[in-house]
Amino acid sequence: MKTFVVGMAAMLGALGIARAQGKSVVEGIAEYRKMLEDGNPADLFEAKGESLWKTPRGPKNATLEQCDLGKGQGVVKGAFVELPRYFADTKKVQDLETRLVTCMETLQGFNGADIAKTPFGRGEQANVTALATWIAAESRGMRFSLPQGRVEEKKSYEIGKRVFFYRAGPYDFSCATCHGQDGKRIRLQDLPMLTKNPGDGIGFAAWPAYRVSNGEMWSMQLRLNDCFRQQRLPYPNFGSEATIALGTYMGVNAKGAESIAPSIRR
Amino acid sequence: MADPMRIRAQVAGDKATVRVLMSHEMETGQRKDVAGKTIPAWFIQEVTAALNGKTVMTAQWGPSVAKNPFLQFTIKGAKAGDKIAISWLDNRGDKRTDEAAIT
Repeated sequence: MKTFVVGMAAMLGALGIARAQGKSVVEGIAEYRKMLEDGNPADLFEAKGESLWKTPRGPKNATLEQCDLGKGQGVVKGAFVELPRYFADTKKVQDLETRLVTCMETLQGFNGADIAKTPFGRGEQANVTALATWIAAESRGMRFSLPQGRVEEKKSYEIGKRVFFYRAGPYDFSCATCHGQDGKRIRLQDLPMLTKNPGDGIGFAAWPAYRVSNGEMWSMQLRLNDCFRQQRLPYPNFGSEATIALGTYMGVNAKGAESIAPSIRR
Repeated sequence: MADPMRIRAQVAGDKATVRVLMSHEMETGQRKDVAGKTIPAWFIQEVTAALNGKTVMTAQWGPSVAKNPFLQFTIKGAKAGDKIAISWLDNRGDKRTDEAAIT
């Protein structure tokens, strides 16, 4: 436990220094986050995801190595920063997680509808999150550049934009209520401005992320699901058109931002 | 079986810094599930670090350590190429050992 105590002292020390040198609160938080990054448990999910990708599983006992994530069969590197995008085989715009479910269905013989109905963090849904974590990690440091060449992709962006500004629920909240202004935060959490590129590793470019507060690995689908909960709206279905459209909207807006996923969050 | 640990060990001067991430639920035994039943305690009780097979540290852990724990410590006199092995044992008797070379 000694290391833990020393670590805590170091953190408190750093915060003290931050104040002494007149750094802003935001800079102090950034410094604290930097220290946490050293032991990001997302690494564990990353390792799990990599082995899941390469291990033959499911009724067809196949690996996912032939899965097309948008850059050709089996190409993982760089796929994350170009999703969601249109896929000709499913005739849909898909995000990383729904695309993974498609591959698990076609290659491994899993029932995609069953996976979509499974709660986050359980059964095959937990495996989808681990896979997404590894695939995101393979594109770490790359810059977002979502394709918008097809009419379906442009449509997805427009739907996402409307959902983003749509006010509803008992609090009359929209996504834009919290994420439509610069420099805002709730307690220690910065609220990224998501109607434009919020900067490297912020917002869309930071998820999947490990949540320290509950010890869970959160994918983008789960992150959005929680946004809906905070707005007191009904939960969207896993992989629903609305959540994918929001992903397209944020992803396209984040064009040029560097991906740091999987990151570590409160 | 438990998922593997992530071990990184780097030499700086005459010391090596070892950083370990363990994959474990670390259930305290204080929480209740949705049905109101207590979730049984399940946590790592003992952690051992061995340098080239010789034990250099043992630690007794309890339920107050976080889920997916991170452990960092330094070893004096460790050299690049040395083998560091970390083992844990939990209160269910599950154990796991992983090894890494110091760089």
